[in-house]
Amino acid sequence: MAEQLQLSTSQLSTFAVLYQVLARDIRVALRRQSDVAAVFFFFIIAASLFPLGSGADPKLLKAMAPSVLWVTALLSCMLSLSRIYASDHADGTLEQILLSNQPTVLIVLMKILAHWVLSGLPLVLVAPLIGVQFNLSGAELQTLALSLFMGTLALSLIGSIGAALTLGIRGTGVLIAILVLPLYIPVLVFGAGAVNAVSIGMSANGALSLLGAVLALALVFSPLASAAALRIALE
Amino acid sequence: MEFSRTNFELSASNISAVRGERLLFKQLNFDLASGTVLYLQGANGTGKTTLLRMLCGLSKPYSGTINWCGDNINDLAEEYHQNVLYIGHLPSIKEDLTALENLQFSLALTGEKFDLEQATEVLKMLGLGRGLHLPTRMLSQGQKRRVALARLWLQDLPLWILDEPFTALDVAATELLKQKIVHFANAGGMVIMTTHQAFTMNVPNFMQLQLDTQLQLDEVKS
Repeated sequence: MAEQLQLSTSQLSTFAVLYQVLARDIRVALRRQSDVAAVFFFFIIAASLFPLGSGADPKLLKAMAPSVLWVTALLSCMLSLSRIYASDHADGTLEQILLSNQPTVLIVLMKILAHWVLSGLPLVLVAPLIGVQFNLSGAELQTLALSLFMGTLALSLIGSIGAALTLGIRGTGVLIAILVLPLYIPVLVFGAGAVNAVSIGMSANGALSLLGAVLALALVFSPLASAAALRIALE
Repeated sequence: MEFSRTNFELSASNISAVRGERLLFKQLNFDLASGTVLYLQGANGTGKTTLLRMLCGLSKPYSGTINWCGDNINDLAEEYHQNVLYIGHLPSIKEDLTALENLQFSLALTGEKFDLEQATEVLKMLGLGRGLHLPTRMLSQGQKRRVALARLWLQDLPLWILDEPFTALDVAATELLKQKIVHFANAGGMVIMTTHQAFTMNVPNFMQLQLDTQLQLDEVKS
């Protein structure tokens, strides 16, 4: 009998595998920095255009700040959605992901998390700086950052469903927008609502709790829906 | 995890595939034991890749069942996947990453530890010694293919499903790969593969399956 192949004695834990998925997605993105930078600068430029276009009335600026910042954040998150799965689909990695010995749902969750770290988190960090242009107070800036922190994560989660559903279809950009924008409405309403509440002297807790509820729902259902959509896309 | 390589079994019973309105194949039956090499033949468009993807569990058969040691592979899901090494048409290589980084990720997906020295050694043996730290986008088609195939030397899984593994490989690499498959089958591994080259292999259990309008399965004992 021929020699027995050497058996691996130890397997990676689920946690280690998921860490590898996250680290790889971030590493790939950092080697293509222009993609990440594009989203970041789109947000900065688009949000900065509003003060330039609407004159220098501080009251008006302050009043429209939450919605402007939130809508531009939402659009910039959407810009990069197709990236979550498209390149993995094109080079066959997605097949390997579905054939992993770890649950697809968890790997998908890691990919979404990587997308958020690369496109949502930079917005959270830079938004308070942009907010200063709109004459926002300290408390408002804090609420803005907090609501964006939860909100962009929800946006990445919800957007992942759209990205997975449109996989393999040509000209996905507009289609993703049509699919995903209606689902973004609650996030926008509660996110911008939290900042608005603070600016009229009320507590932001109500809006933030509702935003948290949306995030929790998305956290549970989005990876499931995305994984199912991916399986269909590859069948 | 300890497992013995000698008692795995993959069986397909009455499976058929439909693409659009067209029946690709129907009532396909075969049983594969450990140590078997199944060689799928057929012209373009006869459903070879479709069958391989079904055997991986990526798509479901239109009818019939595929069982792994008696259990339906679609029910086993991840439990089945941890036995399968699938290399498809697409190399599943990220062009921005180096060969080593790509392999590390491929191994992570099947939960296997990555040994940098061993991986370096395998890549060197496959003639990629000078491109180790280059992004794989700089490599030629055949070299990318070699990076993808390096998984065969690094991963320890009992079933290989290989879709046209010889594509873009030169003579030397083709020979190396053939030897590896023979070695693997003799050690109790199971291989299912397609290729357009005329192909036989010196393994105890070599099966050929012709995908055609008239399906037949003949076993060549050598």
